[in-house]
Amino acid sequence: MKYIADVVTLEFFQEKCTGCGKCVDVCPHGVFLMRDKKAIVVDRDRCMECGACANNCEFGAIKVNLGVGCAAAIINGMITGGPPSCDCGVESGGNCCG
Amino acid sequence: MGIEKISFLPRPLGVKKAAGQPAVSKVSSEWTWTDHFGQIRCRISSLRMRYTVGPGLYAVGEPDRESDVFVTANYKLSFDILRRELKGLNAWIIVLDTKGINVWCAAGKGTFGTDELISRINEINLHNVVAHRRIIVPQLGAVGVNARIVQQRTGFRVYFGPVHAKDIPAYIRAGYIKTPEMRLVRFNMMDRLVLTPMEINPAMKKFPLFGLIILLLFGIQPSGILFKDAWEEGMPFLIFGLTAVFSGAFMTPLLLPFIPFRSFAVKGWLTGVIAVFALMQGIGGFWHYSSLLPLVAAYIFFPLASSYIALQFTGSTTFTNMSGVKKELKIGVPVYLTATATSLLILVMYRLSQWGII
Ligand code: SF4
Ligand code: SF4
Repeated sequence: MKYIADVVTLEFFQEKCTGCGKCVDVCPHGVFLMRDKKAIVVDRDRCMECGACANNCEFGAIKVNLGVGCAAAIINGMITGGPPSCDCGVESGGNCCG
Repeated sequence: MGIEKISFLPRPLGVKKAAGQPAVSKVSSEWTWTDHFGQIRCRISSLRMRYTVGPGLYAVGEPDRESDVFVTANYKLSFDILRRELKGLNAWIIVLDTKGINVWCAAGKGTFGTDELISRINEINLHNVVAHRRIIVPQLGAVGVNARIVQQRTGFRVYFGPVHAKDIPAYIRAGYIKTPEMRLVRFNMMDRLVLTPMEINPAMKKFPLFGLIILLLFGIQPSGILFKDAWEEGMPFLIFGLTAVFSGAFMTPLLLPFIPFRSFAVKGWLTGVIAVFALMQGIGGFWHYSSLLPLVAAYIFFPLASSYIALQFTGSTTFTNMSGVKKELKIGVPVYLTATATSLLILVMYRLSQWGII
């Protein structure tokens, strides 16, 4: 399943990539693959902007605006003027996404 | 409504004592009926519930200084699934304090994160519990855990294990190597089905308000409220309201990949149009308004209500992203507001014409 095309903020700077393979290891949607000892982005639209790859790339080769793809959270953010926040958060002690 | 808190300390099967260590609770891999019951409750109940297990170190089987160390969240369901899948293995489990939230959500919020992991490793003195220097963190924790910093500060090398705990035995047999499938988050029909109660619940909470507005709208007279009218004329609208919930919170999530278009708002609207149309055929006899106006209002409002409810499902999916949802909302919210105002206006006009005012 894919979400809306061409909206994700994922940026990849291949010149910084050392081919360590961490991004391939942590991405839950198979966005990266290794080719010729470097990472390549094979399926950008599958990115869910979780930030696992950027968090674990030691060489700053990946940038992504992280955020939750959750309408309720974003609407909350719009109403309160703050950042998107799940109301299934710490305060209400939620067990949000199962 | 208060917050319900079910704190739980796994009944220790005994106590495990590593050299120079405080005692560690040993837990079973088997689920008791309370574990099963808790899981079901967790999946269907509203969000206001805590289901936690105390943070710290636990033992499964008879772990020793060479045994693997697994990390999980203190949401009890995450812990239960892990210990169940470790059946037959001897292993240590570190439970991080994630405020009762599962690994993925907690990693996104940062509570399942680098700092918490480092301080927990130090607190339980993991260096003395095991002789090796590897810990297995669920892959979805990578959002919050920076492997390099953990290694720099503690000496423990982080292995990002499989997404699903059930792949752990195969992962270990393969020498801590994941197959590509073990890395991927799946989202099949069963996954979606178990999430639908979480969609229906909040949608139904708004239903009484909707019902009240409808009954007032159809019942109110220049001379007061006429309950017979409210009921007879309002009824079809209440049924359509339930249909919109059913279509947006149940049908759309369930049939997600089979409904055309990628936008959840469009998927929900399409499903809503079909549901409203089908119902219109089904209850044609009920539909006895003297004008076309209510029909128009129903066709404008209910498919969009279904669309709005379906959009909420983006929060439960595993593949939507914030940029996409923002785009949907930017277009969607003005449409929802205008359409709601328009249908309300149409119904008011209908009522005014009934009273002979226009
Ligand atoms: S984690 Fe960074 S350096 Fe390593 S392969 Fe991916 S992009 Fe390249
Ligand atoms: S942000 Fe998440 S989904 Fe997107 S490429 Fe990175 S790891 Fe994959």
